Amino acid sequence: MGERGTLLEGLRAFRLIAGMWIRSSMTYRTSFVVTMAGNLLMTGMDFVGILLMFSQVDSLGGWSLPEIAFLYGLSATAFGVADLVLGSMDVLGSRIRDGSFDTLLVRPVPVLAQIGADHFAVRRLGRITQGALVLGWALWSVEVDWDPVKVLLVPLMLVSGTVIFSAVFVAGAAFQIYAQDAAEVQNAFTYGGTTLLQYPPTVFGKDFVRGVTFVLPLAFVNWVPACHVLGRAYPLDLPGWAAFAPPLVALVCCALAGLAWRAGLGSYRSTGS
Amino acid sequence: MGVSVTEQPLIELDGVEKVFDVRRKTGFLKRERRQVRAVDSLSFTVARGEMVGYIGPNGAGKSTTIKMLTGILTPSAGRLRVAGIDPSRERTRLAHRIGVVFGQRTTLWWDLPLIDSYRLMHRMYRIPDARYRENLDRCVELLELGDLLESPVRQLSLGQRMRGDIAAALLHDPEVLYLDEPTIGLDVISKAKVRGFLKELNAELGTTVLLTTHDLQDIEQLCSRVMVIDHGRLMYDGALAGLHEVGESERTLVVDLERELPPVDVAPARVVKVEGPRQWLAFPAGESAAALVARIAAEYPLADLSVREPDIEDVIARMYAGAVPGRSEKAVS
Repeated sequence: MGERGTLLEGLRAFRLIAGMWIRSSMTYRTSFVVTMAGNLLMTGMDFVGILLMFSQVDSLGGWSLPEIAFLYGLSATAFGVADLVLGSMDVLGSRIRDGSFDTLLVRPVPVLAQIGADHFAVRRLGRITQGALVLGWALWSVEVDWDPVKVLLVPLMLVSGTVIFSAVFVAGAAFQIYAQDAAEVQNAFTYGGTTLLQYPPTVFGKDFVRGVTFVLPLAFVNWVPACHVLGRAYPLDLPGWAAFAPPLVALVCCALAGLAWRAGLGSYRSTGS
Repeated sequence: MGVSVTEQPLIELDGVEKVFDVRRKTGFLKRERRQVRAVDSLSFTVARGEMVGYIGPNGAGKSTTIKMLTGILTPSAGRLRVAGIDPSRERTRLAHRIGVVFGQRTTLWWDLPLIDSYRLMHRMYRIPDARYRENLDRCVELLELGDLLESPVRQLSLGQRMRGDIAAALLHDPEVLYLDEPTIGLDVISKAKVRGFLKELNAELGTTVLLTTHDLQDIEQLCSRVMVIDHGRLMYDGALAGLHEVGESERTLVVDLERELPPVDVAPARVVKVEGPRQWLAFPAGESAAALVARIAAEYPLADLSVREPDIEDVIARMYAGAVPGRSEKAVS
């Protein structure tokens, strides 16, 4: 079975397991409806916070509201898709501690797909919906001289961004297996990452931006390519081609995350009994 | 075709080791590293169709062995093959050929009807429809699951759930079934059902079974072969009767005397512990307890007594210590 076969097999397993979780959650109907509504409200409030900020100021770090919405929409949508597929990594920690991770390892489908679909909840769609809505509004209201390259950059950013976030999720999962439990460390990078990407790079210190560009390359999810689309100066005086680097960065992240995952599984120690 | 094939053993271990790095907190940010050898140069083979009991005290390395045989853990050294597959390298391929039941944790879906878990197995393992139906029907009949299929798993009793788990592990026709403490916490009736089913499975389909347990009765009723492991080493491998001979040589008689007295002196029993008026006497398992009791009652003021069969942990512990007491005592009749 080649890499492609494994991927298809993984997606199939994901669908099967996610379906079971959705049906499980349906057995508690009231809880299902309440968490769904609560979640939509929570993610919605996220952007409302930024709107409130702009009711007091005209720009943030020199960026207008539609421009910030552009950053926000790109980051939130890309993160939303990654979160939909791999967002249950915090359940991984408890599965490792209570030993039920073992039961996933004896099944004939990729573990990563099983972990991704673990405790799957429809509410994870809320984040994507909200991100896509904000992105739609931004594209409609932002002032850009659209040319074919800029138009093409938008889907490219979304795909690369999703892959980069996914790689961070997977690397975090690998670290959780190694360290037995480190869900909070992982959350800092994933949820923390998407939150910081909702603000323009100009509001952060230079060393911080360097870290987010060269160490954990989240800057390529939206900052760098968005600067090209919006006709703004690149952070850190990066060269012009940097705006087109996201697919390459995503590929490298994927490869590294894959290696980390394999090493993590190899170091799995299970529990006592 | 007339070609003679020497049958390969289904399970092969050769010098398998598993070493864990244990990090222990010894202070704030200070850690001590220590290596623990959970399994030490373990070598054995299991032939197709065998039913083997794998026993040992807690922490002996039983579960670690099972986890290496299923590909969950990677051995630190040695060679390991199950159905010709290296488990940790080709874990997902091996999964199609093995069934695993962890007594302490279920693979069933808690909130969904039992049948839903089986339907998932059907699709996840890509079991041909006819095979699936046939296997499910057989399991449902023999494990008496008919009335439970539509019940959510959370409503099942421990015994029902265990039977449900065993069925789930067998729908894809595994060649070998690993059971990690399949009768733990079950009542007598549930235990009997599980044992009866496993026996039939082994006899009818020739499924190889490897089970770990603390219940000697599981072994007595099911396994022609027993392996004892302690401190990661194989201490005994053979028939159960042999194990009795090697290790289980003493029973314990607990006597309550009417008052504190010096240790009871009645051969062939010897006092192993005294606590006030209560004394513990060990005597060879082959001796009659009745004769011994009669003699103690004749010579001492006896208030109460009970006889304890040696439990499996004691047997193994004694085996490990290499002590086979009771042999040199002179028999007095």
